[in-house]
Amino acid sequence: MKKEITVTINGEKRTAEVEPRMLLVHFIREQLLMTGTHIGCDTSNCGACTILVNGKSIKSCTMLAVQADGKEIITVEGLATTQGLHPIQEGFHLNHGLHCGYCTPGMMMRAVELLENNPNPTEEEIRWGIAGNLCRCTGYNNIVKAIQYAGAKMRGEQLPSTEPEFV
Amino acid sequence: MIRCKTSKEIGGMGHSVKRKEDARFIQGKGHYVDDIHLPGMLHMDIVRSPYAYAKIKSINAEEALKIPGVLAVVTGKDLEKYNLHWMPTLMSDTQMVLPTDTVMYQAQEVAAVIATDRYAARDGKEAVIVEYEPMKPVIDPHKSLDPGAPVLRTDKPGKNDNHIWHWEVGDKTATEKIFAEADVVVKEQMHIPRIHVASIETCGCVADYDKVNNHLTMYMTTQAPHAIRTVIALVAGHVGLTEEKIRVVSPDIGGGFGGKVPVYPGYVIAIAVSFLVGKPVKWVEDRSENLQADSFARDYHITAEMAGTKDGKILATRFKILADHGYTDASANPSKFPTGLFSIGTGSYDYGAAFMEADAVYTNKPPGGVAYRCSFRVTEAVHAIERITDRFAFEIGKDPAQLRMENFIKKEDFPWKSPTGWTYDSGDYHAGLLKAMEVVGYEELRKEQAEKRERGELMGIGISTFTEIVGAGPSRDFDILGIKMFDSAEIRVHPTGKAIARFGTKSQGQGHETTYAQIIAEELGIPAEHIQVEEGDTDTAPYGLGTYASRSTPTAGAAAAVAARKLRDKARKIAAYLLEVSEEDLEWEPGKFFVKGAPEKAKTIQEIVFAAYTNHPLGMEAGFEATHYYDPPNLTFPSGAYICVVDIDKETGEIKVRRFVAIDDCGNIINPMIVQGQVHGGLTQGLAPAMYEQLIYDEDGNILNGTFMDYLVPTAVESPNWETGHTVTPSPHHPIGAKGVGESPTVGAPPAIANAIVDALSHLGVTHIDIPITPFKVWKILKEKGVAQ
Repeated sequence: MKKEITVTINGEKRTAEVEPRMLLVHFIREQLLMTGTHIGCDTSNCGACTILVNGKSIKSCTMLAVQADGKEIITVEGLATTQGLHPIQEGFHLNHGLHCGYCTPGMMMRAVELLENNPNPTEEEIRWGIAGNLCRCTGYNNIVKAIQYAGAKMRGEQLPSTEPEFV
Repeated sequence: MIRCKTSKEIGGMGHSVKRKEDARFIQGKGHYVDDIHLPGMLHMDIVRSPYAYAKIKSINAEEALKIPGVLAVVTGKDLEKYNLHWMPTLMSDTQMVLPTDTVMYQAQEVAAVIATDRYAARDGKEAVIVEYEPMKPVIDPHKSLDPGAPVLRTDKPGKNDNHIWHWEVGDKTATEKIFAEADVVVKEQMHIPRIHVASIETCGCVADYDKVNNHLTMYMTTQAPHAIRTVIALVAGHVGLTEEKIRVVSPDIGGGFGGKVPVYPGYVIAIAVSFLVGKPVKWVEDRSENLQADSFARDYHITAEMAGTKDGKILATRFKILADHGYTDASANPSKFPTGLFSIGTGSYDYGAAFMEADAVYTNKPPGGVAYRCSFRVTEAVHAIERITDRFAFEIGKDPAQLRMENFIKKEDFPWKSPTGWTYDSGDYHAGLLKAMEVVGYEELRKEQAEKRERGELMGIGISTFTEIVGAGPSRDFDILGIKMFDSAEIRVHPTGKAIARFGTKSQGQGHETTYAQIIAEELGIPAEHIQVEEGDTDTAPYGLGTYASRSTPTAGAAAAVAARKLRDKARKIAAYLLEVSEEDLEWEPGKFFVKGAPEKAKTIQEIVFAAYTNHPLGMEAGFEATHYYDPPNLTFPSGAYICVVDIDKETGEIKVRRFVAIDDCGNIINPMIVQGQVHGGLTQGLAPAMYEQLIYDEDGNILNGTFMDYLVPTAVESPNWETGHTVTPSPHHPIGAKGVGESPTVGAPPAIANAIVDALSHLGVTHIDIPITPFKVWKILKEKGVAQ
């Protein structure tokens, strides 16, 4: 008993038949074959599957595909444009905000909404803002720097140094 | 400042080159095992035991097989027909792939469901009915050797207790004499808790057996693809899968930390099923399965003792260990010592006698353990020595920094032979601690602490000055199933001067695609951006033992340098030919050979490489490529000086890590940005067991926190802003003087944090608290001491 849904994903309209119980993350990864969104847990704790639905960051393991019917989705694959990388992607790269890359897409999607709502966050606001996303590799220092960098870039301010403070 | 020999354009050692691998990861183009979708691929899910110890009375798959899409349910009896129901562990023990009659731990694999998609497989798993007869398990390792304790390994003929092995090292007689005569002896019982690597990507595979060509491709979350290929050939050779018919591919790996070294039953079942049906089979475990069944780390119960003089000279140490290995010793330990490298536990201090002994036991818990970001048991050893050193300082009333300064091995005494037999290559422990004390402002902090103590406020300062032992390893001491622990590099430079380099290791986030390119750039002067690095495909990469135990730089990094130097030797010959001078008349600077005294007469590496294909000297082999397999002459011994400052709420016991300064010495640095990133990450993984993480079992063997809901991986909120720095003491025996860094912070951080917390409470008579040190543990102490209301 499948149900037809239509979503706009990274600007493209896609129609598909899904089982009502199918998780949105499985729909994106296995039916639309966009594998940039990852799965890291089964309890909605890790945030690796974070995407934007109608501009809000959500964990796509906690939403059914049928609930996304008619909605606008942005995944990591939709961040860069013909103009180049999104500031958050640039921030993660230049500040060594990623090691294995597994949490990175979810972390960046969360950061995009964080900066949308709070364009100039303090370090503490950034740390609380990404507390729903786990990273096992980086120790978070450089993720914070990456988000600060992206914030400065989006505000059009002078960019902070991307050299490591390794005394 | 780190001095670089190459220009920024070449990007050799010492440059913070931005990572080459980032482009795909930040754009959603990473390629992990679960991203693989092959035509006709089947999905596997695993039925697991709810009991820690039980007889299996029956397995009924009838209902499961009625579910649309469910194709088969595989049990131990099915595998038994092919003699695949048991597998060897790396420690000469045995482990069930699927049980035929008894389950030995909760979450153990009981049956596998094969289906056309992941939802059907999960439905099938829920519908398999297994009848168990529960038995009383052995959970507490201290009781596992009691007379009357049930003997767990009844599969082993003649086994009549739960003892696995005994190990000892050091001079027992000399140590006991010193302890008997010493002015001061201190002693603490410590538990280094059972924890989990919890990489954000779990484990999984796609086994793809092609019946027509009798060829298996195994896509797998493995840190050691070549070793896995050989293991598969050894285990499955009898069904015709010989080594040339096996290709293991380790694609992008979402964090490993040692958890992706072992062979888990799921992999073996997936291969067996794919072999039987001739279709690709995907198995990816979920997070809860990963935490509950995959190899744990640590779980050492240690009695640590130190003997010394009243004025603070350390004379001897003694450690006694009880190791809980779960139901089988499935340690991912490549050394020939059952406790791995625990014998590094004499630490950074100059004293003559030590004795260590260990006994390992079976319990009804998942098997292991893995060397979680650690060269196997180094974390346990460092915790023991750094805690007991602080305990000794407290006992005699000496500042712990001062005590360490007075007992450090001196810079000029390297190479230094440790009482347990290691030869430390190099170190400057005084410089590291001095720098850490200066950066943190140690003297001022001690004053602040004294003032706060007067006011009844709780503040602590903790130090850890550890010596690491990495780079496994020299072939005399290290092997996996007999294969020596060398590693390899193969460099091919194309006619236009751009290169591809392949390695036997496998990055899981360490940034090899960038750092290996930098090593080659340093040696050959070819810009790092033009050196493509590949790993993880056994069909193309040279044989190697993989990435763990901080061994990639010490072994494959060394191989890269040596292979590049072979090419430089060839380049010199070609340059001499092109410039019509003798080889001795040439001088090298990164990127070119020039004639001594006439620098305008030069040939760039690009010109030389082009000549190797177009105009090479008569009699010389054409082309420009080299391979090297590097067997390290010794391990490397990185070190660090860490200082942690904590504030504790005296009413709630809440602990705040206010400052953490980490000064690491990993020898010569390839990429400061990546080294610092490794340190940041390792520090958070050190904070985790110090304050948050532990796998907890009740007396029936039920895991109480087997999901991410309750297994507390630190977030950005718990993790403080790490302050990092370095000293440089090159390794004298390593081709580029590097030592490896990945695991230092994970090893060094827990005792610094524990020492800080104990220091904050030391005036109350507290001498030790087992990690993880939670607010509840601290609050109970404060309540008991009458501090908290």
